[in-house]
Amino acid sequence: MKKILSLAAVAALILAMFSGCGKGYTAEINVCNWGEYIDETVLKDFEEQYNIKVNYSGFNSNEALYSTMKNGGSNYDVIIPSDYMISRLISEDMLEPLDYSNIPNWSLIGERYKGLEYDPTNSYSVPYMWGTVGIIYNTSVVTKPVTSWDALFDSDYSGQILMFDNPRDALGIALLHLGYSLNTTSEAELEEAYGLLVQQKPLLQAYVMDQIFDKLESGEAAIGPYYAGDFITMHENNPDLAFCIPEEGTNYFVDAMCIPKGSTKKEYAEKFINFMCSTEVCTKNMDVVGYASANTEALESYIADMDEDFAAIMAPSDDVLANTEVYTNLPQNVLEKYDELWVELKS
Amino acid sequence: MMRKRRSTVISRIFLAVIFIFLYAPIFVLITFSFNSSKSRTQWAGFTLDWYAELFNDASIMNAFSTTLLVSLLAAAIATVFGTVTALGFYCLRKRWRSPLMAVNNIPLTNADIVTGVSLCLLFVFFGSRLKFNLGFGTLLVAHITFNVPYVLLSVMPKLYQLDRSLIDAAQDLGCTPARAFLKVTVPELMPGIINGAIIAFTMSIDDFVISYFTAGSTVSTLSMTIYAMTRRRVTPKINAISSLLFGAVLVLLIIINVREIRQEEAKKRAEAKLRQGAMQK
Amino acid sequence: MTSKTRFLSIPYVVWMAIFVVVPIIMVVVYAFTAHDGSFTVDNFRGMTDYISVFGRSFYLALIATVLCIILGYPLALVLSREGPRLQRVFVMLIMLPMWMNFLLRTYAWMSILEDTGLLNALLTKLGLPPIKIINTSGAVVLGMVYNYLPFMVLPIYSVVSKLDRRLVEAAEDLGANPFMVFLKLIFPLSLPGVLSGITMVFVPSVSTFAISQLLGGSKNLLLGDLIEMQFLGSAYNPHLGSAIALVMMIIVVICMYVMNKFGEGEETAVVL
Repeated sequence: MKKILSLAAVAALILAMFSGCGKGYTAEINVCNWGEYIDETVLKDFEEQYNIKVNYSGFNSNEALYSTMKNGGSNYDVIIPSDYMISRLISEDMLEPLDYSNIPNWSLIGERYKGLEYDPTNSYSVPYMWGTVGIIYNTSVVTKPVTSWDALFDSDYSGQILMFDNPRDALGIALLHLGYSLNTTSEAELEEAYGLLVQQKPLLQAYVMDQIFDKLESGEAAIGPYYAGDFITMHENNPDLAFCIPEEGTNYFVDAMCIPKGSTKKEYAEKFINFMCSTEVCTKNMDVVGYASANTEALESYIADMDEDFAAIMAPSDDVLANTEVYTNLPQNVLEKYDELWVELKS
Repeated sequence: MMRKRRSTVISRIFLAVIFIFLYAPIFVLITFSFNSSKSRTQWAGFTLDWYAELFNDASIMNAFSTTLLVSLLAAAIATVFGTVTALGFYCLRKRWRSPLMAVNNIPLTNADIVTGVSLCLLFVFFGSRLKFNLGFGTLLVAHITFNVPYVLLSVMPKLYQLDRSLIDAAQDLGCTPARAFLKVTVPELMPGIINGAIIAFTMSIDDFVISYFTAGSTVSTLSMTIYAMTRRRVTPKINAISSLLFGAVLVLLIIINVREIRQEEAKKRAEAKLRQGAMQK
Repeated sequence: MTSKTRFLSIPYVVWMAIFVVVPIIMVVVYAFTAHDGSFTVDNFRGMTDYISVFGRSFYLALIATVLCIILGYPLALVLSREGPRLQRVFVMLIMLPMWMNFLLRTYAWMSILEDTGLLNALLTKLGLPPIKIINTSGAVVLGMVYNYLPFMVLPIYSVVSKLDRRLVEAAEDLGANPFMVFLKLIFPLSLPGVLSGITMVFVPSVSTFAISQLLGGSKNLLLGDLIEMQFLGSAYNPHLGSAIALVMMIIVVICMYVMNKFGEGEETAVVL
């Protein structure tokens, strides 16, 4: 018995050592963001500056974030989902309206990212970063020119192709390839897109989200669709990689910071959002994640120092953006159709 | 004789192949915790950086301390809870005990995912009504729930082996029932209790699925952190902390085993001496 | 111990009622309700779409279990014939890997099996053709066998190692050849160990989601993936998830019941 007691005492001691010996934070906030989507030193800066502890966690897809929130359990104070998910969360009354008097840095956010369809008055969301989806491929394997989504359905690369592991992006690419709108509500068009994905499945190596970093960088896979910003990060680790926005057009997304309903620390959460909008923090984040910030000042000075080609990938010109589409929230029956097709595709 | 030797050789080869199979990934993990690049498959040179950086990584350290804390607490509570319950069950009539033991076995035989999902539904349902969130509390309750059955199953057999006349003797000699319990019953049950505690602790440390569904979004155990990382990129720091944990258990096991072997040998020697002494007489 | 001692069981009975029985009832309730809380059987009707997932899960788990018996049974036998000290070391060596997180070990298999992984690097060095196994069902089965083999070996070993050697000697003296000794004596006596091993391998195999995600490329869902997806993944629908979990649970319980009936029959036959 004594042995067990002493063992417990030792364990408690070790725990006390690890638990940081109680720095006196005034509050704690829970932040949930896309994986690989922040410079984590920024969180330390925030903690030191405001004496508020940040519990940071990541999610893999908008749908997974939605499940976690719906499933009760979550008590996030700040989340950073994408446009269409924000409008779904708004329509299901899952977000808290923001108090802009606590977010003075709002003025630093570029006008073109404000008042978009997903949240026309920006009552609930402050844009964080934006970008496009494109094809990332390894030029040492993919020697044919890549200009169209067709490359993802090319049997020459069988076993080396990766695909999005979430229903919206995967079906979205198939819809674009077929020449349909990303936001179609037509069941027939969705079925057709689904058919295309069924044909593609035998050619695939895997359905992935952030695992794509590892697989493309190491050369394990040769081609896959992903976000432009992540291409910039991957290219640093594997210079053979190239990026292309297909001619059929692509998705243009804005990820924005919101406060979920039920957050008890709204004021601190707004402090955090404000902090994340500052030019200094935006520059730091851009440098690590490779996405374009919604803070215009930070973005312009950052891409001014960049290689022109990469700057054009990170923050594409209006010409390129003209051929893109933003996801919008879909009616409930179409969302259910998405889920149904998605599970069927993978089963 | 020849055949016997050949079969020994074959069985040794078989053993070797199995152990290579079991230890290949562990060897890979430990090796790449010393790799100077982040690659999982390309060796770039030796470094101890990951071990040094480990202690500055808040998320890994948090997850590690959560794991230790929940495992220790759950194992300790489940051990006491399970032992007390075992005493209670022991005194029940069989008509009552059998169905209760059957319910007790549900978390053991049910698939982890069903246990996890069902607890998740319970916590979410009552959480929204009683105003609590999934978090450390629900995680701990879930761990206790799947730990107690193990303790119960390892203490019950010891109770049946218990010699009741010992307790009677102690009471005849003037012990109060409580004292007799502490001085006689508990020591007799101790091997079962310790065994149960160890199993419970191991199960808690190793659990992923049930924690994943019951810990909510803000608390994360080491398993959950590792899972999140496998969906992204696994840093060699995780290899480092796992290697440390593995090394610690290995050392502990070696110490325990060496001690046991020594004790056995000492016992044998003492017995041999006794026998010799007896013979000389 | 007085008769009052039995009241000590009350707290745990209450605990089990709240945290074991009620949650399972909740699964049943969720399975039979729609989003708005009304009664429905649609969740089960829609399940015909997932027959392939059920089939695949049970098939792969079955293969994994059979492989575990094929590897684990001889291993347990071989172990039980070693000297006591070696036995102890070997048993420890079988348990030890469990102290390294299973997700991480499975992830290490990914590094080994990948197209550009360690195994293929080794094969190329030896001048052999590379193998393609990652992201196939084969890799998933390998992951299951790897993770759950100890759960097969240990129960069989604990039964076999307690087997009375004198029985074997007696059978040999009576003229039984080693094969007959195994078939008529060792195997029937070790059956309880095998049965508990089967349960301990089959149940986690049929319901895993981490192994299939890591080694199977999440192309072909298993039941675990399907359930996880409905709760915390990309297709939120806890009602459908509960229904799938319920059906899986019932099938598993039936399998186990039938198996144990069969097992009991064998045992009594031995006694007779």
